[in-house]
Amino acid sequence: MSAALQLTYAQAAALALSQAMDADPTVLALGEDLGRGGVFGQYRDAEGQPLVQRFGPDRVIDTPISESTIVGAAVGMALAGCRPVVELRVVDFALCAIDEVVNQAAKNRYMFGGQGRVPMVLRMPIGIWSASAAQHSQSLEAWFAHIPGLVVVAPATPADNHGLLLAALASGDPVVYMEHKELWPTTGDVTPGAVVPLGQARVARAGGDVTLVSWSRQLHTCLAAAEQLAGQGVNAEVIDLRTLWPWDKDTVLASVAKTGRLLVVHEAIQVAGFGAEIAATVAEHTDAKVARLGAPRIPVGYAASLEAEARIDAGKVTAAVQRLLRR
Amino acid sequence: MPASSPLSPVPLLSLYRGMVRIRSFEDAAEVASQGGVAAWGKEASAQPALVRGPLHLSTGQEAVAAGVCAHLKAADLLTSTHRGHGHTLAKGADPTKMMCELFGRASGYNGGKGGSMHIADFSVGMLGANGVVAAGLPIAVGAAQGLKMRGVDAIAVCFFGDGAINRGPFMEALNWAMVYQLPVLFVCEDNRISATTDSRAMTAGPGASARAAALGIAALQVDGTDVQAVSQAAGELIREIRAGSGPRLLHALTDRHKGHVSVDPGLYRDPAAVAAALARDGIGRARAQLVEQGQTAEVERIEREARAEIDAAVATATAAPPPDPGAAYTDIQNTGAGVWA
Repeated sequence: MSAALQLTYAQAAALALSQAMDADPTVLALGEDLGRGGVFGQYRDAEGQPLVQRFGPDRVIDTPISESTIVGAAVGMALAGCRPVVELRVVDFALCAIDEVVNQAAKNRYMFGGQGRVPMVLRMPIGIWSASAAQHSQSLEAWFAHIPGLVVVAPATPADNHGLLLAALASGDPVVYMEHKELWPTTGDVTPGAVVPLGQARVARAGGDVTLVSWSRQLHTCLAAAEQLAGQGVNAEVIDLRTLWPWDKDTVLASVAKTGRLLVVHEAIQVAGFGAEIAATVAEHTDAKVARLGAPRIPVGYAASLEAEARIDAGKVTAAVQRLLRR
Repeated sequence: MPASSPLSPVPLLSLYRGMVRIRSFEDAAEVASQGGVAAWGKEASAQPALVRGPLHLSTGQEAVAAGVCAHLKAADLLTSTHRGHGHTLAKGADPTKMMCELFGRASGYNGGKGGSMHIADFSVGMLGANGVVAAGLPIAVGAAQGLKMRGVDAIAVCFFGDGAINRGPFMEALNWAMVYQLPVLFVCEDNRISATTDSRAMTAGPGASARAAALGIAALQVDGTDVQAVSQAAGELIREIRAGSGPRLLHALTDRHKGHVSVDPGLYRDPAAVAAALARDGIGRARAQLVEQGQTAEVERIEREARAEIDAAVATATAAPPPDPGAAYTDIQNTGAGVWA
């Protein structure tokens, strides 16, 4: 394992992919615009070179705008002995391939009685970004957490976007891998080759008064809220869930045993969001007070004043914690 | 083999054997399915049928499966449709393990987890029947691309019906195969009926081969009830694909003798059209030809052997135990295995 590098969230993933492609000739990537390094530059190395220059167009495959076949072909590639990494650009477009994700990739192993495996990573970036309105801004992680056969991952930091992608590639499962579009340029220390195990949460900030559970960009919102709360005399513990399925119940339950209060925060719509699953599980296992904070059940609007209604900021988190403390 | 060398025809007797085995399997499965599901105003029988679920029979379409698969090697990969028993048998699967799967037995190919609609034998390259129309096309082109990327000397074959050509994945997969020049044969089994509705009423243009031609994919259209015609056309296309031609499409006009599923009496169909289909049955025509050639004894031996093989499959499947309930929790995923709530 080498020394830590300063990398962006996007570069951290590209480094993981290129390491995996170096180590295993059956690993390949496919998706729209990969030939020029991906629409967000997430298929370029730290020097800015598109990965296709190093691995060639048979392993970094520029595809037609054919989402059904991007995912369906990846299932066929996996069955023919490859380990594809599928780029879907934004999760909203993955809906064009929902049969291939839910009925084909996720079900293959089970319905054929374990005859085959479909190891693949399905990169489906989530989240609100830069006035992109209703069809480019969704956070649909709960949809996929509902489907047996799938793993669901949502990294919040460059180190995790490196280490979780390595783990996803090695898992042998179809992994729905949800990066956040507003995290691409964030930077951090990345140790090349440092795997982050799937299904293990991280205590990002220790505290004893209330447990905040979040993932992806909202982790950073929760950390900012925790600083505000500290000024109000409230010491919040912040947990980065990192993997939504399987999620790390032990870490969450251990924290809530200490604090007695849980707030789950996510950018996805609150109604039937994954926060409901976590809150219900904690309520079933403890006497803790539980609450959720997600977006209202509205599409993301274009105008800044509309978009802001769908965003969760640190002020909303702090207010939700104060309500929870008063209950 | 250079693309110009002549193709030696597959002997009719061998093609006949392939068709008869499929017909025997379908007939036995049909009997075992009666009363299995409530349908068309009829309740499921109180005594559960041996085949409990929907059973999509390929009776009448045997010549396509037998004629195409006669040219495949074990390393070639195949995707199929919900009407996939014939393709599976023709690719080399064991009818006993297939029947066990239809009966929901632990000893079936899928351990009872799939049934008829997901029949598969990955060990012979049969990557599965599919419950979703047109879903096999993208999987087949990906399999072909994976074989090509890994340098494996094999091709992929994809069966689909005429209903599938109206779904987006059909166009996407054909375009994809052409763009990447993949070793894949698309086979449209055109029985001119989409589930229970006449396809011609809802399909623009002349169908699969014309749509392939629009993308520059060479296609042949054949009488899909004439097993020798199917075999000759498939043989030529497969030889071209193995020589590096890129994708090809075979458009086989065929007949579905039965309803959409085995318990569907098909009363919505024109009786005269059904009678005409039965009269041009590919098995009957091949048999008459073989008898005329003086091969009656061989024909009868093939029929006897097929019946005996399928009778034995039914007997084994009937006696076989169901899967343990615990098997419901296996073969799902590595990550988080054991955590189901």
